[in-house]
Amino acid sequence: MVRISEDTVRQVAKLARLAVSDEEAQRLAPQLDEILSYAEQLQEVDLKGVAPTSHPFPLFNVLREDEPRKSFPREVMLANAPDTDGEQVRVPAVLEG
Amino acid sequence: MAVHTVKQVMESIRKRESKPSEWVERALERIERLDGRIGAFLALDEQALAKARALDERAPDHPLFGVPYALKDNICTEGLRTTAASRILANYVPPYSATVARKLAETGAVLVGKTNLDEFAMGSSTENSAFQKTRNPFDLERVPGGSSGGSAAAVAAGMVPFALGSDTGGSIRQPAAFCGVVGLKPTYGRVSRYGLIAFASSLDQIGPFTRTVEDAAWVLNAICGHDPLDSTSAPLPAEDFTQGLDAGVQGLRIGVVTDIDTTGLDPEVKRAVDAAVAALARAGAEVVEVSLPHCQYAVATYYLIAPAEASSNLARYDGVRYGLRVETDSLVETYERTRSEGFGTEVKRRIIIGTYALSSGYYDAYYKRAQQMRTLIRQDFEAAFARCDVIVTPTAPTTAFRLGEKIDNPLQMYLNDLYTIPANLAGLPGISVPCGLSSQGLPIGLQILAKAFDERTLLRVARAYEQVRGFELPVPDVEGAAR
Amino acid sequence: MNFETVIGLEVHVELKTKTKIFCGCETTFGAPPNTNVCPVCMGHPGTLPVLNRQAVELALRAALALNCRINQDCKFDRKNYFYPDLPKGYQISQYDQPIGEDGYVEIEVGGERKRIGIVRVHLEEDAGKSMHAPDGSHSLVDYNRTGVPLIEIVSKPDIRSPEEARLYLETIRSIMQYCDVSDCKMEEGSLRCDANISLRPVGQAAFGEKTELKNINSFRFVQKALEYEVERQTAILRSGGKVVQETRRFDEATQTTVSMRTKEEAHDYRYFPEPDLVRLHIDDEWLARVRATVPELPLAKRDRYMRELNLPAYDAGVLTSDPGVAAYFEQVVAAGADPKAASNWVMSDLLGYLNANNLSVADSPVRPAQLAGLIAEVDKGTISIKQAREVFKAMCETGKDAPVLIKELGMEQISDEAALLGIVDEVIANNPKSVADYQGGKEKALGALVGQIMKATKGKANPAVVNKLLLERLGKPGGNA
Repeated sequence: MVRISEDTVRQVAKLARLAVSDEEAQRLAPQLDEILSYAEQLQEVDLKGVAPTSHPFPLFNVLREDEPRKSFPREVMLANAPDTDGEQVRVPAVLEG
Repeated sequence: MAVHTVKQVMESIRKRESKPSEWVERALERIERLDGRIGAFLALDEQALAKARALDERAPDHPLFGVPYALKDNICTEGLRTTAASRILANYVPPYSATVARKLAETGAVLVGKTNLDEFAMGSSTENSAFQKTRNPFDLERVPGGSSGGSAAAVAAGMVPFALGSDTGGSIRQPAAFCGVVGLKPTYGRVSRYGLIAFASSLDQIGPFTRTVEDAAWVLNAICGHDPLDSTSAPLPAEDFTQGLDAGVQGLRIGVVTDIDTTGLDPEVKRAVDAAVAALARAGAEVVEVSLPHCQYAVATYYLIAPAEASSNLARYDGVRYGLRVETDSLVETYERTRSEGFGTEVKRRIIIGTYALSSGYYDAYYKRAQQMRTLIRQDFEAAFARCDVIVTPTAPTTAFRLGEKIDNPLQMYLNDLYTIPANLAGLPGISVPCGLSSQGLPIGLQILAKAFDERTLLRVARAYEQVRGFELPVPDVEGAAR
Repeated sequence: MNFETVIGLEVHVELKTKTKIFCGCETTFGAPPNTNVCPVCMGHPGTLPVLNRQAVELALRAALALNCRINQDCKFDRKNYFYPDLPKGYQISQYDQPIGEDGYVEIEVGGERKRIGIVRVHLEEDAGKSMHAPDGSHSLVDYNRTGVPLIEIVSKPDIRSPEEARLYLETIRSIMQYCDVSDCKMEEGSLRCDANISLRPVGQAAFGEKTELKNINSFRFVQKALEYEVERQTAILRSGGKVVQETRRFDEATQTTVSMRTKEEAHDYRYFPEPDLVRLHIDDEWLARVRATVPELPLAKRDRYMRELNLPAYDAGVLTSDPGVAAYFEQVVAAGADPKAASNWVMSDLLGYLNANNLSVADSPVRPAQLAGLIAEVDKGTISIKQAREVFKAMCETGKDAPVLIKELGMEQISDEAALLGIVDEVIANNPKSVADYQGGKEKALGALVGQIMKATKGKANPAVVNKLLLERLGKPGGNA
């Protein structure tokens, strides 16, 4: 039986870089618990030795040749950025050291 | 005003009885007149009419030449805002176009606008859009289904002859059923995903909404094919899916699933689907019983795999390179505030489920088991298709539900997808074809599934059914319904 | 108590492809910020990766050169974490099925060969570059490097000293350069290194608590940083303290390591198979084809130079330290030069000139065949070694062949006995004292006579011929003619 606590919600939200208010955590915990409890069904089935499927069809070796394609103009690639100095994307200081 | 199919528009233009701009004008007029009530469109392409007029001067050189259409707003269009119905992308203008948008532009089809959806295609009612509600043209108090509700409603109300949607767990087929139109989810890999804003990469597939099965074949012809920009796109040559459409069902085996879960199945839906099977049998098909023993786990499997992939796919929305940023002094806080304010409740819910399912200590119990179950579900279909050519089921257990009816109960909403999800897990093609109206006048959809890359048989059976079903689907009286 | 040092290195090597690993943007170093970018490498919504064949082949070649077992069936995975220079919010990498596993390299420590195990070699994409404003107010991000193909080479904890760590890193660089897999320029970041280091009492099997040293950016610093860490950890353990498991960085100014004091945040990368890419299957034929491109590696080449060319160990080591130098040397020998003579010329004159002018061997103004030509002139006796050095300088400046310059500089030696005999006799006649000394047993007096002959011929007389003639005229020292 899963038991998703509000603390679990907060921890997982932190990993996913989501801020959750106490109110949200309170609302989400039972919902997530219900959904994950439903998913517990999968524990009933013996899956020993069953290969996992990560793709519907077994394609392999889809490769491109090492040939340059024109890059996009900088102004186009920075046009959607919330903050730039014209050449680079500006973000709040990345903490280090 | 009469509502037209892709084929009617195509032929009229080919015979030079009408010009592309007339059809685009018609579409824009109808949108103008009806969409205030429906809410199918998030934005119109202001260039549409100019583009159509430029085509007026040219000789039609492709079947879809001059045909107006709409795109679900999770398909990127260069220079035209693409939002995925999320606040986090409210002002995002893609620097490139999706492969399907490029292909359609090359055929001369004219994009008129972008349609509403559940935010990032997560939902079954289009109520999760950050911007607006979309109403079912058959009953404005009801949902159009989702997540491609805008595209389904636009085609149902006759605003455009066709529209594209995306289907991750039923997001084309279920709204098609709710809105009384044809909705086709091709085989995974049949249509390039390049430019489709990813929800769950191993499940997502683009496909058309149309009024008829033949129209669906025409659109599939235009959008299918290998794309070097999508590693998961199938390396298959282009095909003409309109060929052999009218071959009928004589000699084909129709699989009916004996162990399908019918607990939530509306009796009216059941009756309509049974009648459809009977009609196919009368038309010469052999009905065989098949078993899909692991499909009872499909919803649970799906609701681990899809959120897991989504939690990773949506990590890029961090307010750094594009999209919303809620600026603070700290980077981590900027991330958290941006994502919390930018994403809606359902998206956050799924990101958290997916993050949980992938986190250390839970991966084997959740994600890996789901991937293993996916193998068993695939094998179920392989076994079933050894005994039949197509499988038929209801598309959805009920007809369109009321706005707000399920919004507070996510699990109930998820369970609505139980018939459509297995095809996504197994990568199979599926189609929803209208198979009747309920006593309340709401459309019911018949789902047909086929083997991987056997869209030909799928369309052939759907087309045969369309011809023997014995009723004309009404065009919803949107203006009347509002009175 | 005495402690044993245990070190493992994680080395990142940028692969020498023309384009990025998942899109067609170029990988040129030093382009203006955000000009080698496109929607794919900037992680725009809806974009998808397509794998670069050459990146796979280079990674494969590298893994083979490191003696790895190749996972012929492998896949890519997503490593999920948030960082502004990581556009998608995940790095495409390889988790449980790296392209190569369980290999080794041999290093030479104090004349002894030692094997360092390789845990794994995997292929992944590089991140962009963040520059931090000096006042700490913001950071700027350049995505040019985002998506440049990398391999990560993880060693086993087999390294036992900071010196071994440096030697290991130099060996890795040399192997990668030999394979033409990477430039391995630490100053440009195409080779980067993190180190794990711990101490344990001699004789104890269990590892001690380790620290991780991040982003050490020169070979010298690798050794320095680790030496400092050994001292620091020894001091802690000697005083009865405990080493804290943490990430530290080397501070170049103080030559010490400092804690990075990152917030204690559990890393949970939530690896899962990358659904946007398909599996990689390296069949036997492909593997054989790439295996054939793995060249003779430095240590093997060195052994061969010693064995087949009779070069001293020192020469063989210098010549094989750089694949370009080795190739140059081999071409000089192939053009007919004596290996030891070729080695001397390459090691001293050629490398001296190139280093002084900051040139790589590929830019050498003197081609291998030209150097062989110069050596031949010395062998023939046309010029002396001393003159040859001058000719070599002129060759560097002009690019002309040795015979041409010898003529231009008027340096041909006189080896004709008939021509020299007159001068020899004249010098004998004019230097009776030296002759007498020589004949009286002072062997050295002959040198004075040779000097006079050289002076008279402006240095052009062939010393060997002069010697022979003098001996013929004067007989053995101490004897009487």
